[in-house]
Amino acid sequence: MPIRLPLRRLPALLLIAALAVGAASSTRVLAAGEAPSDADWQSWTANANVTDVASLQRGARDFVGYCLGCHSLKYERWSRLGEDLQIPKALLVKDLIPPGESPAGYITSPMIESDAEKWFGKAPPDLSLMARARGEDYLYQYLKTFYVDPQRSTGANNLAFPQSAMPDIVASLQGLELPVYRTVETRGADGQMVQEQVFDHFKQIAPGSMTPQQFDQFVHDIVNFLDYVGDPQQEMRRAMGVWVILFLLAFTWLAWLLKREFWKDVK
Amino acid sequence: MATTERGNELRAPGEPLPPGATPVSKKRGFWAWLNKRLPLDEFIANQLTGYYAPKNFNIWYFFGSLAMLVLVLQLVTGIFLAMFYKPSAAHAFDSVQFIMREVDWGWLIRYMHSTGASAFFVVVYLHMFRGLMYGSYREPRELLWLVGMLVYLALMAEAFMGYVLPWGNMSFWGAQVIVNIFGTVPAIGPGLVQWLRGDYGIADATLNRFFALHVAAVPIILLLLVMVHLVALRRTGSNNPDGIEIKERTGANGKPLDGIPFHPYYTVKDIVGVGVFFIIFALIVFYIPTFHGLFLEQPNFEPANPLSTPAEIHPVWYFTPYYAILRAVPNKGMGALLMLLALVSLLVLPWLDRSPVKSIRYKGWICRVMLAVFVISFVGLGYLGLQPAEGVYVILARIFAIGYFAFFWLMPFYSRIDRVKPVPERVVYHAH
Repeated sequence: MPIRLPLRRLPALLLIAALAVGAASSTRVLAAGEAPSDADWQSWTANANVTDVASLQRGARDFVGYCLGCHSLKYERWSRLGEDLQIPKALLVKDLIPPGESPAGYITSPMIESDAEKWFGKAPPDLSLMARARGEDYLYQYLKTFYVDPQRSTGANNLAFPQSAMPDIVASLQGLELPVYRTVETRGADGQMVQEQVFDHFKQIAPGSMTPQQFDQFVHDIVNFLDYVGDPQQEMRRAMGVWVILFLLAFTWLAWLLKREFWKDVK
Repeated sequence: MATTERGNELRAPGEPLPPGATPVSKKRGFWAWLNKRLPLDEFIANQLTGYYAPKNFNIWYFFGSLAMLVLVLQLVTGIFLAMFYKPSAAHAFDSVQFIMREVDWGWLIRYMHSTGASAFFVVVYLHMFRGLMYGSYREPRELLWLVGMLVYLALMAEAFMGYVLPWGNMSFWGAQVIVNIFGTVPAIGPGLVQWLRGDYGIADATLNRFFALHVAAVPIILLLLVMVHLVALRRTGSNNPDGIEIKERTGANGKPLDGIPFHPYYTVKDIVGVGVFFIIFALIVFYIPTFHGLFLEQPNFEPANPLSTPAEIHPVWYFTPYYAILRAVPNKGMGALLMLLALVSLLVLPWLDRSPVKSIRYKGWICRVMLAVFVISFVGLGYLGLQPAEGVYVILARIFAIGYFAFFWLMPFYSRIDRVKPVPERVVYHAH
């Protein structure tokens, strides 16, 4: 009897392993009750949840209030937004759609691109796909790490996107913040000890209109909303997948019974 | 369910005909009318019910039929995508978003097509590995292997050009990097690159011609090659996990003792494989369609921008083993040459193996270790191709590249001196 490697089952094992890795990396583990520190801003997570319709509605409202002046969502129609977010048409027209625009139209910004380039050096990007291009966590970190920087023409800078051309439009909500650095010693490439300034935490120098909890909710809602806009049918897709897979399981089971029946004869 | 007359003798209902005989169909009506004009009964008898395949196929033998399935899936979903896609630099990105958001079921068709591209390479790589394990490339199947390799090359061209079509920023820069590899061809390099692009840079003309090639030229070539691959397979018959030629032992009916009719036995078995494949496929399409940036990469959700380079440019995962070899060499021309050699090594494999046995089951430990080295090297290179080319990654890429080439180019020596085990006369099969 020749010794055989268990290669027969290898593809199945590989697939299970690949799917397990995929599933594991899609679940974000967050220690309960732990307040994330400023220094760990790169590990802040948005905890986006597109099934939270109330959060998406608030996000849509705040997007129109704070972002739409400069940023468009050119692939999303107002009517689609209303349907998906369960916003009645009358309310949509009254509170969200700018006067004179059709509900069937795309969500565009009134800002003229050439003007924007003159004012900011760069036209504000369309945000339809920003959550997919950069990830929700990045957007969350970006909106929460603006700080005062007098050297910038906008008066503001950002940890997640240094030298960002965007002014700190959330300052009135969050308040003004200054970064506080601490000095750490590291060994440089040449073996010498080097002192380095590392960001430690933010110090608020002027309060905003929101408490930190309220502001966090505000950012969460907007990021959640952008996550929805990036992939509007994602909830429908996930709900449908269950039925497709149940059907396929039944189909495969029947196919397997058929195969077993035929193969009985093979000796 | 299974009829007894079929079961006891393992004979197909339509017995193959002696050469030269004209089939007389017992059926009447339309089927008879058709058969008078088309050799349908003959085809079924010769290719399905009368084609005997070894009975000891294991799980590795699902991937050939699955590759065919994915090919059909890509053709069908591709046709529907082409109905809404606009091959122009100004509109391509927008048209893909239109498909994703506004075309009925557009998102499903598009995710099936993008997942299908990766699935194609998954099944083809497993299919090729099966060939490596059981010596399916050995005499008399050298041409079968060679044609299969041509299918693989055509598939690479198809996948590369398809990846450019959404006109995202990674499409653009990936195309830039890959097309520039052709610039390392001596003398004609720069002109060749310009000819491929149809412009001085990756531009509208490039996108337009890639569309033409992706939807017409390469699929036709692919289909032709797949057909030749199947015809060649029917000529030699399938290999099997024991690497034994079942045609050498035939029963009283002239059929291989260890063979069973492809239809119904392998058709019903392959349907189970199709079911399992679709379950995994659906899990990805419905739940992780971007596969964490591996199937659809993050920078590709931003439109192509010649002024903004993504932080890391690399091709999609199925090309990264070769990409890692390219980058492992400091000299770009040498890197490209090695990359070419990596593909040529696969092509000439049938003539490198000197082992007296085909299957890994009866090869000795050297061959097994070398196959393991190859797999680790290939997967390792694939991983490294996705990482930045710096520091320890470059060193690892060089080690794995050596492993990759050692498997092929030392094979004429180690396969000859390796101690092999005795090969049984009949295939190993346990009824289940």
